[in-house]
Amino acid sequence: MQTAEPAQRRSDAAAAGGSSALMSVRGLGIRFKTSHGIWQATRKIDFDIAPGERVGIVGESGCGKTITGLSIARLLPNNFAGLDGSILFDGVDLATCSVREMRAIRGRRIAMIFQEPMSALDPVFTVGHQIAETLRVHTGIAKEEARAKTLDMLRRVGIASPERRIDDYPHQLSGGMRQRVMIAAALICGPQLLIADEPTTALDVTVQAQILQLLRDLSATSNTALMLITHDLGVVAETCTRMITMYAGEVIEDAAVDDALVRPLHPYTSGLLRSLPHLSPRGGKLPSIPGRVPSILDMPNGCRFKARCPHAVAGCEAEQELCDAGGGRKVRCWRFRELELPGALQHLGSAPIAAMVSRP
Amino acid sequence: MIAQATGIPKDALDNTIVSVRDLEVQFQTTDRRATVKAVDGVSFDVRRGETFGIIGESGSGKTTIGRALVFLLKPSAGAILHDGIDPLALPRKGFQNHRRDYQIIFQDPNAALNPRMTILASVLEPLELARAGTRAERLARAREAMDRVGLPQETGERYPHQLSGGQKQRVVIARALTLRPKLIVCDEVVAALDMSIRGDVLNLFAELQRDLGLTYVFITHDLAVVSHISERVAVMYLGRFVELGPTDKVSERPLHPYTQALMSAEPRPLPSSMRDDHRIVLQGEIPSPIDPPSGCRFRTRCQYAQALCAARAPDWRELMPDHWVACHFADRPNFSPN
Ligand SMILES: Nc1ncnc2c1ncn2[C@@H]1O[C@H](COP(=O)(O)OP(=O)(O)OP(=O)(O)O)[C@@H](O)[C@H]1O
Ligand SMILES: Nc1ncnc2c1ncn2[C@@H]1O[C@H](COP(=O)(O)OP(=O)(O)OP(=O)(O)O)[C@@H](O)[C@H]1O
Ligand code: SF4
Ligand code: SF4
Ligand SMILES: [Mg+2]
Ligand SMILES: [Mg+2]
Repeated sequence: MQTAEPAQRRSDAAAAGGSSALMSVRGLGIRFKTSHGIWQATRKIDFDIAPGERVGIVGESGCGKTITGLSIARLLPNNFAGLDGSILFDGVDLATCSVREMRAIRGRRIAMIFQEPMSALDPVFTVGHQIAETLRVHTGIAKEEARAKTLDMLRRVGIASPERRIDDYPHQLSGGMRQRVMIAAALICGPQLLIADEPTTALDVTVQAQILQLLRDLSATSNTALMLITHDLGVVAETCTRMITMYAGEVIEDAAVDDALVRPLHPYTSGLLRSLPHLSPRGGKLPSIPGRVPSILDMPNGCRFKARCPHAVAGCEAEQELCDAGGGRKVRCWRFRELELPGALQHLGSAPIAAMVSRP
Repeated sequence: MIAQATGIPKDALDNTIVSVRDLEVQFQTTDRRATVKAVDGVSFDVRRGETFGIIGESGSGKTTIGRALVFLLKPSAGAILHDGIDPLALPRKGFQNHRRDYQIIFQDPNAALNPRMTILASVLEPLELARAGTRAERLARAREAMDRVGLPQETGERYPHQLSGGQKQRVVIARALTLRPKLIVCDEVVAALDMSIRGDVLNLFAELQRDLGLTYVFITHDLAVVSHISERVAVMYLGRFVELGPTDKVSERPLHPYTQALMSAEPRPLPSSMRDDHRIVLQGEIPSPIDPPSGCRFRTRCQYAQALCAARAPDWRELMPDHWVACHFADRPNFSPN
């Protein structure tokens, strides 16, 4: 790993162990009740987030990213059947603490931006009301002050003429404006941890750049830790210090972003990097990882990626643990030492991405 | 006859599936004291069998154009013709049937799925409304569509809230595909999908286009996606098109300063040592469509703005074959960010 990355891209705190972590997740899993019985949607999720650290969570659709975020915020669907493991947040175990304790933490110390902004905003209240109320519930400040702070926050997330938008109802805003309203609502109380689920997919790239800048600034100036769930590896590369890859309900790789991009250790991470559309000619077939994620009903023993892995051999049917790969990296594949997997750079020579690198 | 009324040459219609002339869509603000000019004078043609991309600023009116294209909302001014006819002039029943051929898929799958219907019932619904084939054939078609978008059959028994965001979006795509429309407006349909599935879904769109001659209007923020799948792309800013041309030209040699900024802002999946600071950072506040700047709408954030830009709106002109732009200075040789 010869990357010459700047110091802030290294996740020293996490590499050093859990002692300095703001949040320590251990053995987290969630089970659902369904018509087929109890489903284990996620399991054995371990990771730490240090104050001010920016961690990207990536992985195939349905692998459990949102559910993991919701588990931490304890916003669980009503068919949920149980939570395993622990979520130590600043000394409190969020997996077992009382509803009252949780209510004092959620919204104020841990804030979440949801994947679907329309469903998270209440259609019958104006957006200004929804943000100002969050602030008033947690801080008890006066109405006028809450409104002034709301206006300021709307401006910071890039809403044009916020004084004319603050009294709009959610349906009157474009998708991207709703998303920014959600971001403003999440940031208004100055949380220690922000869980952002696809916060910028609805935004154009210039506004996205502005929001990502805001998130980076918050982590630098207010020490807000960020857990950024996204499909966009470009967003992870530009925003995060660390990247956690999930597959079929498990964490399968955890590394500094640059390391994961240059030399992924898990075959799934490498496959994800290969499917970037930047890398294929227009109109051509996009490479994808052959096969499908195994169904929850029919989860194989051992490595869950086995059926799609080009490197599977006898031995892969053994239960895979998240191994320490050194240098603050972890991977759930016993063959990681012998495999030399291509990262984002190996594709550089052939593809339009080469043009992108050199373009002014 | 309508074609004549709007001045579209007759021969252009054969290869044109949708033509839009001087489209305007306005909304009232909540206090009813101001008007949001969400779309403010846009003209373009969509060619049969092509993928027409629309990118641009958030809130610039892309979704509004998409909704107007399938007549989910009525234009405040201007004309939209489907295959040379004005659907609004059709009798009620004819209008309903006509609309089936022009579908839209939205960015928020929750809006499109009934929370009380199982996934399979949702995918079946449009087929049942259209009374297509026997029950067994409909079932087979629905299952095939689910399979093609990568949804395991077992998800058919579930309800929307029991699926992940990306899984729901795939349901919505499967649903639109079952009807085999002529044109689909895709509004941010792959944003919620991960890279690998996104590749599958885009491949599927391309395959259906080849097999069934589908036309797509593809609205997206993802420049990599748009340059991969669309032949032509339009760039929107504050209710208007600022550039329109062949995708490779627009992405490799953008003519409009806004497009240049947009292209430069795309996040790249590269390690920090490989990323140079190429980004054109737009200065100034984003203006509001309630009260857009005079002259060129981009002038408050344009690094090349001159006095002329405030005085007069730039013409929409074809600077190179098939490549249109609205900027007074786009043809100056030294006009480029570097
Ligand atoms: N309430 C529920 N009941 C049963 N299964 C559920 C429920 N909510 C989610 N799931 C399942 O749990 C898995 C993980 O879902 P989750 O929403 O966390 O995925 P995700 O990684 O966020 O995916 P995406 O990228 O598509 O948003 C999925 O297979 C989903 O179908
Ligand atoms: N029903 C409505 N009432 C009032 N204003 C509206 C309504 N629908 C849209 N608008 C306004 O019209 C403008 C264009 O919105 P539109 O949803 O078309 O933008 P967009 O380009 O799709 O943005 P995004 O990329 O964020 O989805 C915005 O200013 C929006 O607030
Ligand atoms: S354990 Fe085996 S099957 Fe699983 S990722 Fe590693 S090599 Fe592939
Ligand atoms: S017309 Fe003027 S302000 Fe507008 S884009 Fe061109 S140079 Fe910039
Ligand atoms: Mg999700
Ligand atoms: Mg939109």
